[in-house]
Amino acid sequence: MRFMLLFSRQGKLRLQKWYLATADRDKKKMVRELMQVVLARKPKMCSFLEWRDLKVVYKRYASLYFCCAIEGQDNELITLELIHRYVELLDKYFGSVCELDIIFNFEKAYFILDEFVMGGEIQDTSKKSVLKAIEQADLLQEVRDLP
Amino acid sequence: MPAPIRLRELIRTIRTARTQAEEREMIQKECAAIRSSFREEDNTYRCRNVAKLLYMHMLGYPAHFGQLECLKLIASQKFTDKRIGYLGAMLLLDERQDVHLLMTNCIKNDLNHSTQYVQGLALCTLGCMGSSEMCRDLAGEVEKLLKTSNSYLRKKAALCAVHVIRKVPELMEMFLPATKNLLNEKNHGVLHTSVVLLTEMCERSPDMLAHFRKVSLVPQLVRILKNLIMSGYSPEHDVSGISDPFLQVRILRLLRILGRNDDDSSEAMNDILAQVATNTETSKNVGNAILYETVLTIMDIKSESGLRVLAINILGRFLLNNDKNIRYVALTSLLKTVQTDHNAVQRHRSTIVDCLKDLDVSIKRRAMELSFALVNGNNVRGMMKELLYFLDSCEPEFKADCASGIFLAAEKYAPSKRWHIDTIMRVLTTAGSYVRDDAVPNLIQLITNSVEMHAYTVQRLYKAILGDYSQQPLVQVASWCIGEYGDLLVSGQCEEEEPIQVTEDEVLDILESVLISNMSASVTRGYALTAIMKLSTRFTCTVNRIKKVVSIYGSSIDVELQQRAVEYNALFKKYDHMRPALLERMPVMEKVTTNGPTEIVQTNGETEPAVLETKPPPSGLPPAGQANDLLDLLGGSDITPVIPTAPTSKPAFAGGELLDLLGDLNLTGSPVSAPAPQIAQPPFLLDGLPSQPLFNDIAAGIPSITAYNKNGLKIDFTFERSNTNPSVTVITIQASNSTEQDMTDFVFQAAVPKTFQLQLLSPSSSVIPAFNSGTITQVIKVLNPQKQQLRMRIKLTYNHKGSAMQDLAEVNNFPPQSWQ
Repeated sequence: MRFMLLFSRQGKLRLQKWYLATADRDKKKMVRELMQVVLARKPKMCSFLEWRDLKVVYKRYASLYFCCAIEGQDNELITLELIHRYVELLDKYFGSVCELDIIFNFEKAYFILDEFVMGGEIQDTSKKSVLKAIEQADLLQEVRDLP
Repeated sequence: MPAPIRLRELIRTIRTARTQAEEREMIQKECAAIRSSFREEDNTYRCRNVAKLLYMHMLGYPAHFGQLECLKLIASQKFTDKRIGYLGAMLLLDERQDVHLLMTNCIKNDLNHSTQYVQGLALCTLGCMGSSEMCRDLAGEVEKLLKTSNSYLRKKAALCAVHVIRKVPELMEMFLPATKNLLNEKNHGVLHTSVVLLTEMCERSPDMLAHFRKVSLVPQLVRILKNLIMSGYSPEHDVSGISDPFLQVRILRLLRILGRNDDDSSEAMNDILAQVATNTETSKNVGNAILYETVLTIMDIKSESGLRVLAINILGRFLLNNDKNIRYVALTSLLKTVQTDHNAVQRHRSTIVDCLKDLDVSIKRRAMELSFALVNGNNVRGMMKELLYFLDSCEPEFKADCASGIFLAAEKYAPSKRWHIDTIMRVLTTAGSYVRDDAVPNLIQLITNSVEMHAYTVQRLYKAILGDYSQQPLVQVASWCIGEYGDLLVSGQCEEEEPIQVTEDEVLDILESVLISNMSASVTRGYALTAIMKLSTRFTCTVNRIKKVVSIYGSSIDVELQQRAVEYNALFKKYDHMRPALLERMPVMEKVTTNGPTEIVQTNGETEPAVLETKPPPSGLPPAGQANDLLDLLGGSDITPVIPTAPTSKPAFAGGELLDLLGDLNLTGSPVSAPAPQIAQPPFLLDGLPSQPLFNDIAAGIPSITAYNKNGLKIDFTFERSNTNPSVTVITIQASNSTEQDMTDFVFQAAVPKTFQLQLLSPSSSVIPAFNSGTITQVIKVLNPQKQQLRMRIKLTYNHKGSAMQDLAEVNNFPPQSWQ
């Protein structure tokens, strides 16, 4: 995976994770462009599209679009499963997750993602394992110093 | 100073802003507060402040002043600080900034931390955005962690190693020993990441690939895969009844790489692939994801035919799936396999054609590409019908490609000339404005060669533009045809269908309308004017009208039209005796290889259509004295039906000035001083050279040379030779400029010994940008029939730093392979 974006129907970015070093200016441009393309898609269209030299896999969960840019040889269908797994993790962690949870706890969304995916590849295929790690890490936090 | 507000508080506040301006104000206020807090070196609230900064950064506001703070957080002992610090580093820093190198030491320490979650943070950060230097410094630590028994760290170390290898491929070797035991793990996380690591290594290095094949990696993977499939329900890794689909997919992908081009490996995985292909549940996306990967693997390795057929049938079933994602994926895969397993894919043709009617744009595009790939002599009529219907109803973004595809397919498989012409007509009238410009010369050539269809064609084209002359390619083709075959039109000779009654005046009416119309492009007008001119020898009663039209355009504002009109006028006046011969019917043209729609047209910087000397007119070579005037006339761009991918543009010859400077070397290629054979100079261009990118069979292997290197100007020569014509050497020069100022008005001239012939094509530009940031390229063609040793004298002129520079040099270091 090259990068993952989460954004709302109104085009507000909620999370961006880049797995390839890119200049800030280029990132902004790509995000804007891709959001436009994805938001223009009609509901009946398939979840894959070609964009620049990449394949984009996206899925909408309630008010949030989850968007992954993958390389030519990556499997689109399993990427859909990856997205779904991430949503399941968020759901378990926050308890029936909604967009507001991700807005107000964006750093936690990142922590969860970083425990699930590294360098664009899945670290652990066990939901239980990932959640346990987050839980343990949370316990290490000094409660007084939480942001 | 009161404590800085909490992160969630800030988020809540910002969200209450009703306008962009209000939001900006809040952000600015908070940024100011954060900045002063940073200045005060406040340790307690640094974490909170950076977190807020990250939120504001996500909204699009600048946050670079927080970069150093992230580093301080990473260096802190508190876990909360580290967590936010590393997150900040990943979001705000990237390898372009020097700041991030300062992280290296912290990461090194954290990689050896006593708490695995801290180690995990460090590994994650390094594995996501570590630069090459950082990777080099820390690779050893990663390698150590790859051998640990702690599976939490081992899996992360494996992915970190992947990143290190991507950044610094030379370090791959050092991770090899650690891979020995990786797959013996039970932990799926380690298994998955290990497979990813092995995949990366095998993809990058053929040696690694050979090594892993030798150490029986394939049987090991097959065993693991088998266990996954056969094992009972494992809740931890189960997805909709399938055990760890992610791992299955990754294993299948690695198997693909191992089995590619290797009989033994392919043999070893044959059974498991068949098993997966037949036993996987297809009701949910997960199962289909695995099947998809399996199909990709089967098609890419040396699988037996039974397995391949199985794979294509799976794809065929996918095509019928309700889920459009699956259909899309099937079409994509079929497109990849249609070349190698053509017959198998043909069986699913009707399903594929149905997909042309799908609502989804991506699916339609795939279906269209696949349909074109499946057209053959047997199904061309049926397929064309579907594709023409598609052309009619599809979105504009498809029309150009579809039109080009139809032309190509029609040309290859047309069952009859009449059908071919009809199909072309249908495309021109349906999507006439989307047809690519380079299709026009192609079509004209086609029409010319269908001698018995001329009358039918010109009649249909005439009827087509009568109603509507706005579609430029259609009008261009029609104008050309009317110009050529107008006599057939008015004499009503059509056999194929009911001949129409047209008078000469009516024909001229329509051509004049095209000339006048605002909708007509300049090129189209050119076609129309030339057509009118040609009719002067084909029509009998309207010559005066034609003369009048031509003379009017002699004062047209459009330079192109004006030039033509003036020349045609001259034809009426001074050269009237030659007019019939000049405007004679075009001969049947040599069939030149066609381009597909994806052919890139090299125009050497010129934007005009090719001014190519074609075969001399059938009336024989005109006397040499008038040769040049006539060449100008005949070189008019609309009468060159040869496909323009052949090298274009006016050849620029070594100027006469060189004659002064070069005693013994004979100047070649000048149009003035050389004798009549200059007209035969086209053979030099067209001889045995296909219109495809010219070379090349022996291109590889001729070393390039640096021909000139002085005062910051460097000129390199690269060579290509034609297999079909060994006396031709093509030299591509590349001029680069390492000084700090651009070199402008750059002109390259060359001269060669008497026995050679030289042709210079137009350069890519006349400015060489400074600091080696760009080059000028130019092509030189050398004809060396006597295979003499190549020598060349070059003259360079350019402006640099305000003064005019000039230099002469001899190039003697041509490699023997370039002329022997």
